[in-house]
Amino acid sequence: MSSTSTDHMDAPSDGIMRAADGTPLKKSLARALRREKLRSFLLILPLLAFIILSFLMPIADMLFRSVENGIVKETIPQTVALLKTWDPTTGEAPGEEVFAAFHEDFVKAYKDKSHTRLGLRLNYDEPGMSGLFRKTGRKVAKMEPPYKDAFIKVDKDWGKVETWAVIKRASPVLTDGYFLSALDAKRTSNGIEMLPEKERIYLFLFKRTMILSIVITVSCLLLGYPIAYLLANLPLRTSNMLMILVLLPFWTSLLVRTSAWKVLLQQQGVINDFLVWIGVIDDANRLIMINNQTGTIIAMTHILLPFMILPLFSVMKTISPSYVRAAKSLGANDWTAFWRVYFPQSVPGIGAGAILVFILSIGYYITPELVGGTSGIFISNRIAYHISTSLNWGLAAALGTILLALVMLLFYVYDKIVGIDNVKLG
Amino acid sequence: MKLKLMLLATVAGVAFAAPAVTEELPPCDNCSDSMTIVSWGGAYSKSQLKAYHEPYQALTGITIVNDESSNEAVAKLRAMNEANNITWDLVDVEGPDAVRLCDEGLAMPINADELLAPAPDGTPASEDFGDSLISDCFIPQIVFSTTFGYRTDVAAWNGKVPTSVCDVFDLENFPGKRALEKRPKKNIEWALLCDGVAKADLYDVMATDEGIDRALAKLDTIKSDVIWWSAGADTPQLLADGEIVMGSTYNGRLFSVIEEQHQPVAMLWDYQVFDFDGWIIPAGLPEDRLNRVKHYLRFATDTQRLADQAKYISYGPARASSAPLVGKHAELGIEMAPHMPTDPANMKNILVNNIDWWADYSDDVDAKFQAWLAK
Amino acid sequence: MSENRGAAVRYESVQKSYDGENLVVKDLNLDIARGEFLTMLGPSGSGKTTCLMMLAGFEPATHGEIFLNDRPINNVPPHKRGIGMVFQNYALFPHMSVAENLAFPLQVRGMDKSEQQAKVKRALEMVELGTFGSRRPAQLSGGQQQRVAVARALVFDPELVLMDEPLGALDKQLREQMQYEIKHIHDNLGVTIVYVTHDQTEALTMSDRVAVFNDGVIQQLSSPDALYESPQNSFVAQFIGENNKLNGRVTAVDGSECVVEVPGGISLKADAVNISGVGSKTTLSLRPERVELQPEKEMDNMIDGKVEELIYLGDHIRVRMNVAGNREFVVKVRNRGERRQIAEGDTVKIGWAASDCKALDAVA
Repeated sequence: MSSTSTDHMDAPSDGIMRAADGTPLKKSLARALRREKLRSFLLILPLLAFIILSFLMPIADMLFRSVENGIVKETIPQTVALLKTWDPTTGEAPGEEVFAAFHEDFVKAYKDKSHTRLGLRLNYDEPGMSGLFRKTGRKVAKMEPPYKDAFIKVDKDWGKVETWAVIKRASPVLTDGYFLSALDAKRTSNGIEMLPEKERIYLFLFKRTMILSIVITVSCLLLGYPIAYLLANLPLRTSNMLMILVLLPFWTSLLVRTSAWKVLLQQQGVINDFLVWIGVIDDANRLIMINNQTGTIIAMTHILLPFMILPLFSVMKTISPSYVRAAKSLGANDWTAFWRVYFPQSVPGIGAGAILVFILSIGYYITPELVGGTSGIFISNRIAYHISTSLNWGLAAALGTILLALVMLLFYVYDKIVGIDNVKLG
Repeated sequence: MKLKLMLLATVAGVAFAAPAVTEELPPCDNCSDSMTIVSWGGAYSKSQLKAYHEPYQALTGITIVNDESSNEAVAKLRAMNEANNITWDLVDVEGPDAVRLCDEGLAMPINADELLAPAPDGTPASEDFGDSLISDCFIPQIVFSTTFGYRTDVAAWNGKVPTSVCDVFDLENFPGKRALEKRPKKNIEWALLCDGVAKADLYDVMATDEGIDRALAKLDTIKSDVIWWSAGADTPQLLADGEIVMGSTYNGRLFSVIEEQHQPVAMLWDYQVFDFDGWIIPAGLPEDRLNRVKHYLRFATDTQRLADQAKYISYGPARASSAPLVGKHAELGIEMAPHMPTDPANMKNILVNNIDWWADYSDDVDAKFQAWLAK
Repeated sequence: MSENRGAAVRYESVQKSYDGENLVVKDLNLDIARGEFLTMLGPSGSGKTTCLMMLAGFEPATHGEIFLNDRPINNVPPHKRGIGMVFQNYALFPHMSVAENLAFPLQVRGMDKSEQQAKVKRALEMVELGTFGSRRPAQLSGGQQQRVAVARALVFDPELVLMDEPLGALDKQLREQMQYEIKHIHDNLGVTIVYVTHDQTEALTMSDRVAVFNDGVIQQLSSPDALYESPQNSFVAQFIGENNKLNGRVTAVDGSECVVEVPGGISLKADAVNISGVGSKTTLSLRPERVELQPEKEMDNMIDGKVEELIYLGDHIRVRMNVAGNREFVVKVRNRGERRQIAEGDTVKIGWAASDCKALDAVA
């Protein structure tokens, strides 16, 4: 090292450490590390791109879809503009001016067939709108002024205030309608109202999904803990054999598993036959263990058990048997040694397993659909229905968003109570 | 319609009636030389393969790619449309889905008389297909029905057998578990018909909240004895296992349980509900692919071809002119006509699904129905 | 050891097998006196740890009986034996603070809080960790963890403390320091300690008596100096300290002395410790520091050896020689400052006293 550079290093006149060539040391260091950083970034770039494309963007899209409502304004722009000045509380349907604009919009919409799409969208708010738009579409080209009478001639619903109130309410480009539906509420001319008691379903299903998921998580824990303990404390060869048994559910197809459950659990099934045979129950009172909540809990516990056992196992594997021995040598009986010494050290495994199982189970829908009957279905079954059957993707997105929010809330609560760093997957 | 698990196996190599139309098949100008056809898979796809695809391929030498995605066709078509990348050329869907796809602008509207061949006697296609043309975009193939099957060996019935769909609601004379579909459609109709609503007023009654409540109240009377199914294979299996004494499903499934598996099960055709299954052409196909689809459709939906399909599966051809041509089952050798939902003996009391009504009300009624089910 | 009623620990004909085919411990009889520091020393697999685990109660004896203060304990579960134990990797509970670790044995005994605190404080002070009570074990150094483990094993005032290779994880310097600390604690508290190690230095430094284990059998049980000075068999001679061995045949026995002929026809006088009589094979054992290089006066045994290698080690010089066909024969020469006139390749005279050369059982 030359003496000048030593001067720079030892006696920075301005308080800034400088490298040999006089550039500030920090800058010099940053430059030296830049290549390194760039390299690391390039290494993770494919994964980053993959995650953005396949995970973050779909989620952002879902979040957006749950409030997106541009279709009304795009399809009938003039009508939407004119309806702004119309007040449904007057009890009068809009005037000819609005109908004329609506006619013009409608003719245009009919040409590119977007009127039926708009009808479907409005049908979410008011059943019958889809039919009304389809029916009107077929006649709209031949209409003559005055348009108000012409429309009412096609269907008298066009003369009703409520029809126009629905269109007016659906006009904004963002809507809370899907979220309201997802919470069993509805926006009417009197503001937001809950649906009648017997029509509410989503809140009920959210609650049931949560409760059943907790039950499934707890039963996975109760069944998985002793098995994981056994696996962790057996010689490697034996535990590998048993691990294969634990993983077996992973490797069987869903159809095989479902058939197996049916054969086992149905009223004329193996378990009932056995119980009748040994005389625990009589033939007329066979247990109902499938097509209800019991079926869902049994089947899901079976499927998700490995997700509980594996993290538990990997954590327990690291708990040296000398801890329990130490506790015993210090005077603790078997239970105290387990509860005060072994159990607390296995908590990270419980946390990881419980989070995995819980999150997987609130998102499951195939198994509940197959063995859950009516009392064992989850909110995800309704989401799947709206995605693939009713095509009400906005509502599906709103339900999905709420589910996502619930999971994040639970994460937050978990973090507050147990601490997220207290989770160990292996 | 979940026909893909239909157990009606077809026999490879069964001599196929050579199409008499070889020389009539017009040339195809500016046509792609392969097409992707989406259907339900299983025995149903096989019947299409035997009756439509194989003869068409033999005549034209093109490649037909089979995709078994009809179950999720509606959602997938919407996704393809949003991505602006339509990879399917022809999609087999149920009637209500066709209506929805048409409304969404995802299916191409057609002119039946232009696109489809007339009957051999010259009757235009629109007349020959008649009521089955339920949507501007729909090209019907078959009529299938949802109806009840019951076990013939139920001791508790004291020798009685159900003769009316209302016996499903009669727990006193016909005790035991019954299977119904986990959807409101058809169940609501049957409940109201058995609650005294006249067939003519049915859909008007259903359009009111009170009507739906009334139907649910009727279903309440048997709710605790119902197993709700979601896959068409469930009811036949439950019947065969003795888990239920009666249950609704598609007629083709019951045909298989009765005629192939020889289970002690019989059909109750009373108030069978007719539905149609057929093709839609996805909107926005490039010209050469569209030409190919049109060329294929004219061949595959003619009178003979629709009648041929019934050799392999017990669903009725959608053309009136095909009915007299329906022959024997290709494998079992039994006459297929009496097993068709369209056979006059089976059609004494039928209900045709009001697809337009369900298109308007299904979301609303489904929510109510599911809420009712869940409680 | 004689029948000693009142021993702190007594093993009586104890056998142990894990697989039903091989005995890991073969007919062990051992008395440990109250207040004694006894070390079980042996290579791995010699059965020493199994003996300790049987005493702690973690392994049942296959046969025989173990007594604690004359009470048979075969059927007493570990937590009722009242034995303190220090484990190889300390086994400090990672989810508890140091103070909680120490309080644990007191809590499970239902001691009241204030007494617990007092005891914990005293135990921490004993190991000079008075201010570390609130730390987690992971925040301590290896040596500190070791001390906590010792403190925890002692905090409930057990009469007997077992230590299973407690210093194995420490570096050399710390290990030596801890040896003295443990020894001091033992001297101050007067507890009985049974200590397991494979490190002979540890055993020799700390113990009152050492039991050398091999192959499931105690090879020799004696004080550290007796172990070094008068090994009873070849295994002990070789396991403890450095050792030259010369194989030969007994040609004559005269009371406690014998004459052994080694390769090259050389006859050597030796102490007859473990031989079966004239004509039998034997192995002579001789400590390197007892051999004189170029002895100035006449000695019992005087033979020639060829210098193979010289290694300078500061306080002494190691001379590797070829003696009677044994090329690994080592002589330690104290460095007295005078320059020795030997070089590699030289043939020099060496000699030793007959009493320093033990005739033991023959080994290959």
